[in-house]
Amino acid sequence: MKILVAVKRVIDYNVQIRVKEDGTGVVTDNVKMSTNPPDDNAIEEAVKIKEAGKATDVVAITVGEEKAQETVRKALAVGADRGIHVKVDGIIEPLAVSKILQKIVDKEKPDLVFMGKQAIDDDCNQTGQMLSALLNWPQATFASKIDVKDNKLEVTREIDEGLETIEINVPAIVTCDLRLNEPRYASLPNIMKAKKKPIEEISASDLGVDVSPRLEQIKVEEPPKRKAGIKVANVAELVQKLKNEAKVI
Amino acid sequence: MAVLLIAEHNNKELRPFTLNAATAASQIDSEVHAVIIGHDTAEVAKQLSELPVVKKILNVEAAYYENFTAENFAPVIVKLAENYSHIVCSANTFGKNLMPRIAALLDTSQVSDIIKVISSDTFLRPIYAGNAFATIKSNDAKKCVTIRPTSFDPCESTGGSASIEKVDASEEFSKTKFIKREEIKSDRPELGTARIVVSGGRGMQSGDNFKLITEIADKLGAAIGASRAAVDAGYISNDHQVGQTGKVVVPDLYIAIGISGAIQHLAGMKESKVIVAINKDGEAPIFSVADYGLEADLFEAIPQFMEELNKLNTIQK
Repeated sequence: MKILVAVKRVIDYNVQIRVKEDGTGVVTDNVKMSTNPPDDNAIEEAVKIKEAGKATDVVAITVGEEKAQETVRKALAVGADRGIHVKVDGIIEPLAVSKILQKIVDKEKPDLVFMGKQAIDDDCNQTGQMLSALLNWPQATFASKIDVKDNKLEVTREIDEGLETIEINVPAIVTCDLRLNEPRYASLPNIMKAKKKPIEEISASDLGVDVSPRLEQIKVEEPPKRKAGIKVANVAELVQKLKNEAKVI
Repeated sequence: MAVLLIAEHNNKELRPFTLNAATAASQIDSEVHAVIIGHDTAEVAKQLSELPVVKKILNVEAAYYENFTAENFAPVIVKLAENYSHIVCSANTFGKNLMPRIAALLDTSQVSDIIKVISSDTFLRPIYAGNAFATIKSNDAKKCVTIRPTSFDPCESTGGSASIEKVDASEEFSKTKFIKREEIKSDRPELGTARIVVSGGRGMQSGDNFKLITEIADKLGAAIGASRAAVDAGYISNDHQVGQTGKVVVPDLYIAIGISGAIQHLAGMKESKVIVAINKDGEAPIFSVADYGLEADLFEAIPQFMEELNKLNTIQK
């Protein structure tokens, strides 16, 4: 079985975002970038399935600018066998990413495609479901547990009401929740080894996909600030304030 | 052209956020139709027809719609989409799972999780866990929009009398099979709509200690929330998680106990009207959004809090 895992380069989750003064976006210059956190879970799961002898190939793919390749290199360092980098500059919407991934799936013929359930930059939560629609494959979104059984997967999904379990036929798409597993760190020898693993570079235009944005980002602004609160001295004061000042209890 | 609202339900009754999504839909265009797809849904369709903002109901039934599988739902809505300018539903796990599948089949770029309708093609949505707001204009002919339910008031639920029209089912998608759903039943208010939420974090130190949170929640008639750290540690089940990838809550009162206030947690609660933080680390980021901060050991503060609540003659429910 072959698993394709899509990873995205985003602003590191620990960075406090700053909005650009001209309202065109957020500051990304000299800001720490990392792999989108649930994409790390997606890679980890694919590598674990391979280690369990249930997959033969793990291919990591990213779609993005030159530096996005770092995320593929990181995936190679934790166990992916080879990488693909589809080069695109500028904003690329989930619909365009899913069309690119569809072309790659046609070519690579993976049995499974994994990715994080949501990117923490645009918070869209769309790409996996869109790819699944374009391929007419089953989708298991927000996965917190995956059991591989021959040509089927049993997946536990995190939903608002609790947990849901579904069974999907391979080939299929799975989008991963942060609770799926604990991503490993790359060891230094593996980082060195990863430098020798191949990454194929493809330009989006060669795939014949129109990646021009359909959405116009009119402006990006800071959310309204909360006014500063106060510290109370003790519990009695807290309850008194809630009762008589805020009037919420 | 009209707006098509996708109703969320459990085959017996409407899920409450359908009312919030209906409000958002009616702000896009006054002509709102709703589609209800399910199994044995006559009662729910009737309930839906009573929402005054909804002018027409499309009801699609088949046994294989019982479990809301996106692969089964999407083709039905794509077929109906011909007559509509917008497809709208809630940005909860139901809508997040379903809407992109529809958008891709319609070749339209979805606008996710909007918090405001600026005009019929322009919307406000949070990005970067709510640390920035983006104004987005969609240039697609058909617009697929998911709405953040807590950013819109629920619409009236009685007084309407929309017509109910039966629509043919699409073919079954047989490659996805529902096995089971484990819902945690509770008598407490739902987390997403509760007036008061009491949340615990890693500072609770164990699942057992969440009993302390439960006692306060019972006293206040509140829902129970949790940080991702507390859910990851196994103190409490995932349906309680508040944050960027969990639930977004906007209660009148949010009490964060033993929660440090990671960016991703703040994303789920910082719009609450009044925020209380109880934490022994005075530097914890949660204090930056708290209206009332109490720097204290929670294991001392919570029993005192109960004591003080018990002294009050009345508590608003």
